[in-house]
Amino acid sequence: MKPIATTRSASSIPTGRLAIWWVLASEVVIFGGLLGSYIMHRLGHPEWGETAAHTNTWIGAFNTLVLLTSSLMAVLAHDAAEQGDGKKAARFIGMTMLGGITFACVKSFEWYTEISHGFTITLNGFWSFYYTAAGLHALHVIAGTIIMGFIAFDANRGRELQRVELIGIYWHFVDIVWIFLFPLLYIAK
Amino acid sequence: MAHSSTAHAHEHAHDHGPQGILKYIWSTDHKIIGMQYMFTGMFMALIGGFMAYTFRMQLAFPGADIPLFGVVSPGEYNALVTNHGSIMIFWVAMPVLIAAFGNYLIPLMIGADDMVFPRLNRLSYQIFLLSAILIIASQFVPGGGFGGAWTSYPPLSANPAYNLTGLGATMWLLAVALEFVAFLLGGINFIVTLMNARAPGMRAYDIPIVVWMIVIASILFMLSVGPLMAGAVMLLFDQTLGTGFFDPGTGGDPILWQHLFWFFGHPEVYVVLLPALGFVAEIITVFSRKKLFGYKTVLYTAVATAILSFFVWAHHQFVAGIDPRMANVFTVTTLLISIPIAEVLFVIIATLYRGSITLTVPMLWALAFVAEFLIGGVTGIFLGASGADIYFHDTYFVLAHFHYTFFPIAIIGTFAAVTMWFPKMFGRMMNEKLGRIHFWLTVTAFNFIFIPLFILGTAGQHRRIYDYNHFPQLATEGLQDLRIVATTATVVLLLSQVLFLFNFFHSLFKGEKAPDNPWKSNTLEWTTSSPPPHGNWPPDAMPNVYRGPYEYSVEGREDDYWPQNQPA
Repeated sequence: MKPIATTRSASSIPTGRLAIWWVLASEVVIFGGLLGSYIMHRLGHPEWGETAAHTNTWIGAFNTLVLLTSSLMAVLAHDAAEQGDGKKAARFIGMTMLGGITFACVKSFEWYTEISHGFTITLNGFWSFYYTAAGLHALHVIAGTIIMGFIAFDANRGRELQRVELIGIYWHFVDIVWIFLFPLLYIAK
Repeated sequence: MAHSSTAHAHEHAHDHGPQGILKYIWSTDHKIIGMQYMFTGMFMALIGGFMAYTFRMQLAFPGADIPLFGVVSPGEYNALVTNHGSIMIFWVAMPVLIAAFGNYLIPLMIGADDMVFPRLNRLSYQIFLLSAILIIASQFVPGGGFGGAWTSYPPLSANPAYNLTGLGATMWLLAVALEFVAFLLGGINFIVTLMNARAPGMRAYDIPIVVWMIVIASILFMLSVGPLMAGAVMLLFDQTLGTGFFDPGTGGDPILWQHLFWFFGHPEVYVVLLPALGFVAEIITVFSRKKLFGYKTVLYTAVATAILSFFVWAHHQFVAGIDPRMANVFTVTTLLISIPIAEVLFVIIATLYRGSITLTVPMLWALAFVAEFLIGGVTGIFLGASGADIYFHDTYFVLAHFHYTFFPIAIIGTFAAVTMWFPKMFGRMMNEKLGRIHFWLTVTAFNFIFIPLFILGTAGQHRRIYDYNHFPQLATEGLQDLRIVATTATVVLLLSQVLFLFNFFHSLFKGEKAPDNPWKSNTLEWTTSSPPPHGNWPPDAMPNVYRGPYEYSVEGREDDYWPQNQPA
């Protein structure tokens, strides 16, 4: 039995949605601290532009496209959940997961190529930030994909449909972080 | 809602599932989780206190064979001071002030049956417990516990070749990061619970101040800890992978860590201060039998303090080579932040004015908090002013100032809260006489420790030194006598805690049975039985709220208190 507390809504915002926004608030400052540190360093080291030229902008752009498409799927899943169609919502979550998996696979291939060409995390400051920031982001992608598996399982049986919206909010956040990472790590040369 | 019946039955069974000892270690009940945090915090306080005893003994009697420990080596000394600081802040002050009392009080005081996410709450404690085990275990690995000070400044902390405690340093970092995760989970739970789970009729200004304080502290913690989480990952990579985020040799910057650390570290002071101020405000109001003077003033100044606390961090770095113009800015913001805090203290004093004061044990602690914290606050002005700080920086003056803020917060504040809510938590009264003796011994000994340290600091005694015999100007007999006074007082302080522990555990089993509302208080937690049952109130008799929490001595009423749930 859920506690009475969980069913109350004194702020008239559903409890789950309220919680996910606070989760994002705590995430924003984590990524904010990391990217802020990176930007300060980057401004102090113009020579990092040369080493940043070794990143593959096309792969980065492809992954941007993958994430944006998967976000669209998350919106469609939410729409289906709003209409109470759990099976349809589960299908769209499945497609969002596919986006997450594609992103992770492309990322692994990209890192494998870079590391085998000697661009490792210890090479210099740029590559340290590159792997740390993108790695932290990739962890969020993987975690989101796994959680979506559970939510799709429930949604397919018509259970806990409100969670479809919550994971969607999270997924958009992961997307937005990448929108910051892509120009900072790939485009700025 | 076709799904709900089976899920319902399953969850219901789960809720009442754990029996016997499991009830205490696998419960999702906010009261049990609060007590888990409290007992873990008390246990860690014993460890942190013992560490203080060992290095204080070394300072008073350098090289002596210390009873219960042996001879302290220089490496052990570093590990002891580092872990004393880390444990007292992250594993005592945080869990007891915020997690224990936040968990225990928030649902009870807002008239809810539990937190909004009970299982998340349990997970938060389990992660916290893991972090506590990790920090204790790190004391026993090869090389010993981390010895690079609780601020963990690189390059000392980043490279095992410098700190000589490679494994200890990494375990310390992981333990601190896990502890942050635990409090992030707990904090989100607290914030959402207050926002959504309030009893019908409870408006924003009907919320007891202590609940506001804990929730504002949780938000403050959440918004300040993020950059340090990122910094912890970077430091971890520096330690284990060999990256150079904080190493100038590879284009990194050691000052960056100081910024990330203190951007969290200074708000952290207010994260623990606000709950303690909340306890004190509640206690002073109840035992003055008067309405809290300026409820909204307290609330708004707490918010102002929280916001200002994001703009003061660099006062820890006045001697780190920051731009003097920046130092001026941070001097101004630091001096500004004393205004809201002074305001809260004035509100508390105004609440006492012409009240019918009863000097119960919790009231004694609350009054001592005001007196002692005042000394801590005023000495902070010296350090916040960049000119004076250049002389005082890294001396025992800083250390004494810091303890005059943290001891009132973490120890005096905790004792105030424990003695206040013990009857509700365990359904028994604590012994008054023992409580008073314990109070006077603790507070007197505390002043005898840290006033000598203020004097030593102004005499130029710098911190983190193993043996002052190596510094002729500091090895004089007069200064050594002051060190011995401080150490003797430390031993007295620690021994007097035996009285508290005896009182606590004796009262727990043998104390006089407590009535539901022994202090004749207005807030909702006193309207249920002592101790409250699972769910706090019967599900069909959850309280409604009709007024604010501080309606004491209202004219025209027979009782001098007016519980929040009593219809007009």
